[in-house]
Amino acid sequence: MLAAILSLGCIGMIAAIALGFAAKKFAVEVDPRELAIIESLPGANCGACGFPGCAGYAKALVAGTIDLNQCPPGGADVVAKLARIMGVEASAAAREIAVVLCQGDNRKAQVKYHYLGLEDCTAAQRIADGPKTCSGGCLGLGSCERACPFDAIEMTVDGLAVISREKCTGCRKCVAVCPRKVIRMTPFEATVHVLCNSHDKGAVVRKYCQVGCIGCHICQKTVPEAYKIEDFLAAVVYEHDIKATEALPKCPTQCIRDFAEGYPDGSTLLPAGADKTHAA
Amino acid sequence: MRLKTFAGGIHPPGNKQWSAHKPIEDCPLPAEFIVPLAQHIGAPSIVCVAVGQQVAKGQEIGSAKGFVSVPVHAPTSGEVVAIEHRAHPWGPALAAVVIKPDGEDRWSTELQPAAPGDLSADDMVERVRLAGVVGMGGAAFPAHVKMSPPPEKKIHTLIFNGVECEPYLTADHRMMLEEPERILQGVALLQYVLGAERVVIGIEANKPDAIALFTEHCAGTPVEVVALQVKYPQGAEKQLIAAVTGKEVPSGGLPMDIGVAVHNVSTAAAVTDAIVHGRPLIERVCTVTGSAIREPKNLRIRIGTPLSHLVDICGGLVEPPGKVIMGGPMMGFTQLGLHVPATKGTSGLLLLRTAEVDLNEEGPCIRCARCLQACPINLQPTTIAAYARRDLVAEAAEHRAMDCIECGSCSYVCPAVIPLVQAIRYGKAAILAKKRNSP
Amino acid sequence: MNQQLYLSSSPHIHSGETTTKVMRAVLYSLLPACGVAVYFFGPSALSVLLIATLGCLATEAVCQRLMGQPVTIVDGSAAITGVLLALNLPPSSPWWLTLLGAVIAIAIGKQVYGGLGSNPFNPALVARVVLLISFPVQMTTWSAPAPLGSGLDLVTTATPLGAWKNAVMLTGKLPAEMHGSMADYFLGNMPGCIGEVSALALLLGAAYLFYRRILTWHIPTAFVGSVVLLSGLFWLINPAKYPNPVFHLLTGGLILGAFYMATDMVTTPVSRKGMLLFGVGCGLLTVLIRLFGGYPEGVSFAILLMNAATPLIDRYLRPRTFGVLAGKA
Repeated sequence: MLAAILSLGCIGMIAAIALGFAAKKFAVEVDPRELAIIESLPGANCGACGFPGCAGYAKALVAGTIDLNQCPPGGADVVAKLARIMGVEASAAAREIAVVLCQGDNRKAQVKYHYLGLEDCTAAQRIADGPKTCSGGCLGLGSCERACPFDAIEMTVDGLAVISREKCTGCRKCVAVCPRKVIRMTPFEATVHVLCNSHDKGAVVRKYCQVGCIGCHICQKTVPEAYKIEDFLAAVVYEHDIKATEALPKCPTQCIRDFAEGYPDGSTLLPAGADKTHAA
Repeated sequence: MRLKTFAGGIHPPGNKQWSAHKPIEDCPLPAEFIVPLAQHIGAPSIVCVAVGQQVAKGQEIGSAKGFVSVPVHAPTSGEVVAIEHRAHPWGPALAAVVIKPDGEDRWSTELQPAAPGDLSADDMVERVRLAGVVGMGGAAFPAHVKMSPPPEKKIHTLIFNGVECEPYLTADHRMMLEEPERILQGVALLQYVLGAERVVIGIEANKPDAIALFTEHCAGTPVEVVALQVKYPQGAEKQLIAAVTGKEVPSGGLPMDIGVAVHNVSTAAAVTDAIVHGRPLIERVCTVTGSAIREPKNLRIRIGTPLSHLVDICGGLVEPPGKVIMGGPMMGFTQLGLHVPATKGTSGLLLLRTAEVDLNEEGPCIRCARCLQACPINLQPTTIAAYARRDLVAEAAEHRAMDCIECGSCSYVCPAVIPLVQAIRYGKAAILAKKRNSP
Repeated sequence: MNQQLYLSSSPHIHSGETTTKVMRAVLYSLLPACGVAVYFFGPSALSVLLIATLGCLATEAVCQRLMGQPVTIVDGSAAITGVLLALNLPPSSPWWLTLLGAVIAIAIGKQVYGGLGSNPFNPALVARVVLLISFPVQMTTWSAPAPLGSGLDLVTTATPLGAWKNAVMLTGKLPAEMHGSMADYFLGNMPGCIGEVSALALLLGAAYLFYRRILTWHIPTAFVGSVVLLSGLFWLINPAKYPNPVFHLLTGGLILGAFYMATDMVTTPVSRKGMLLFGVGCGLLTVLIRLFGGYPEGVSFAILLMNAATPLIDRYLRPRTFGVLAGKA
């Protein structure tokens, strides 16, 4: 019994001394600000800043090689904290969120073939340019949902990707992964969007999608400063987003949506009474 | 006596009985030819005719762009009615020359036959290039490039691929039975050009009539006829070389690195046409088969013939097909419809009924290792596919994803119905993209 | 017409083999062993089999429901775990022991890791070992076989391995009288777990699996071979103390282990070289535990230890890629 206590005690002592010695000898010099920064960052390691994980961004900040407002998921809060830690003034970049510019789920948009294989949008795109007849529309296989580190993307039951305005932090991972380039970054304050990504002529679009933009110009005629039309596709001019709602009832295919009123059909997300306050 | 073979592989049902006994039939001309400018590996041809122009059969309508490219020729005489993007077997619409036949089927007067004795090896290679000859096994690699290895890579063994290991396809089989002289003349010409000491024609044992015929024809000549065990993918270049010579093409390398060249038997016939008759590659034998087609046939078709025309000639559809496959069932491409044209590489048109389409849902990998046993390259398909799907590009590359020949054996045997080949292809694309972005 | 066409990556034909068919074949192959078990051990064996199998199926269904996953018990994998667990239990196991084992096997041995294909350890063995360590008395209460129709009741007795271990620990020598003959061991007329007794029934089932190409020769041969070699070595050194290799082959769970437990696809290496190493490792560990360890039976522990080594084996023992010289990565 005594022998056991003594021997284990000795081993413990030796180990403790060794560890203490190693901790001193092999200690890594870390700028204390770096640790404080890592604490303040969201910790999602999403890579939106362009660095490998939050620790990478912290290191670069301390080295002075990058701005304070490069972490979109952190938002204004984090920028304020970082500014305090680094002892400088800083203002956050305007918040941007991702929007899927499409409403063409399986009920509303035609497919040109039945796809069999990997449930991945890039893989499906490689087979005859994807199963959707519309070359710009959402394929609905969920690659963006899987790529999102913040669980902000929902796949509706009918195969459409919808992004939650509240949860999206603007990290851009979904934009990078989408082979159709149907996801765009938009100002957070803007709630009205033309949900279409097809540049085909109206007559062609009508054949393959019930809710596609046909480039009829009615929206622009109704509110000239809020809409621009390029190559048969309308888009909201976001500085004038607040006026754009006037054109909604006029759109013949209902492809314009105000997310403050509701998310696209099939989505379970609820609008959070979004403020339509704009900075000037 | 045990037949030569390679390690790995699978034994899918051959399904050759639908068409193996049917002699080659000439396919009548369709109402319109759609001739894509990209029908081969390498740079697409550049169009050299204009809308409204009258062209003769065999006239060049697209010229080669660079060395790894070949010209394209008019499949018949007629008028160029359009040059525009049209549906293409590879998926997205690509540029094509649309020709309306005038019914006369007149050969171009520019083509000149030649006596092989008068030609040097370089002359022959040039004639093959001008004729637009590509590998007829389906890969469509420019033949003249294979005939011009760099001087330090001397070819000592020339192998002719009469294996046709894909189920359903019988085009090469019928060519061997019906046109052995045309093939053998090409064999002799290729041997002369490459200077190979050993010439072998490899034929799978499920074609005993072809083996017997060629053995008879080659008796007394240095050409060897080797019967090979029936196994898929015996016709894959690396596996064919391994079976015939016992040597392996090094990973990342080409057959010429070990002094071997492989040509399809139909390519040999096309080489004869090019060198001896001065005729460009505008037609080939295509097996139209599958349970959805009323009368499976081996048709001699012109390039640019819409698949719908082939279906009409073969008695039409028994029922709307579930899959339209250009090529064989293991490595062929599914098509968007029958409006797509046949090209130089269209060795088969396979129409499967909807009931034959495998709709089983994917399940988790149970690590049964059947894919490892089936893989002719000894890879670990399930591991590579798992890495590829998680975008772990470096790990996929480390497991030799780039060595995969995409033969489909792994997907065929997988009990969990995992799309292994698709996942590995996805991984390969990611590996290549990474290389391009960070040299 | 376009609407109906299917497009996919090649290949476009499939062998027709499915996971469910593979699982079903394994279940068929276990029928002879189950039949022999019921013959020799009567209704107790039957109830152990039923409770284990149904317990595993129910546990899997409940776990999958709780995790929000589709319920896949019809694929047969949980049923196989249940049967294999039952075959690894003594015939007189109380119902609660069997049920507990079933729950542990599926919930802890399989579902927490992500379900089919994701578990690193053989689920039936995980359960067996947990039960063995937690309830050593019930797990080592053996019965002499009481064949149906003989009118005998189950009587508690020691297994041949257990008897040998006792004798060696007490006297340093083989027991004076070894229960039963080799023929008895082969046919199943010996005490033990309900599945391990009849080598004949197990081999019949294994033959069917070989025919269906679900089993390959690598692991069983390597396992059995290394057991024979190592135990043979010791027997040659001291035949008075160590039993002969045939005894090792036919007693304990070696045949059951080598052909059914160590060949579980999910938890064993994928390459042929890896499988051979795995088998050899299992064999060596089995013999060492049997001869020198605290327990009379070493198969379960040996297999679990080698399961832990499987990822390492897979990492370093890859098949030689075509076109790459041996010795290079």
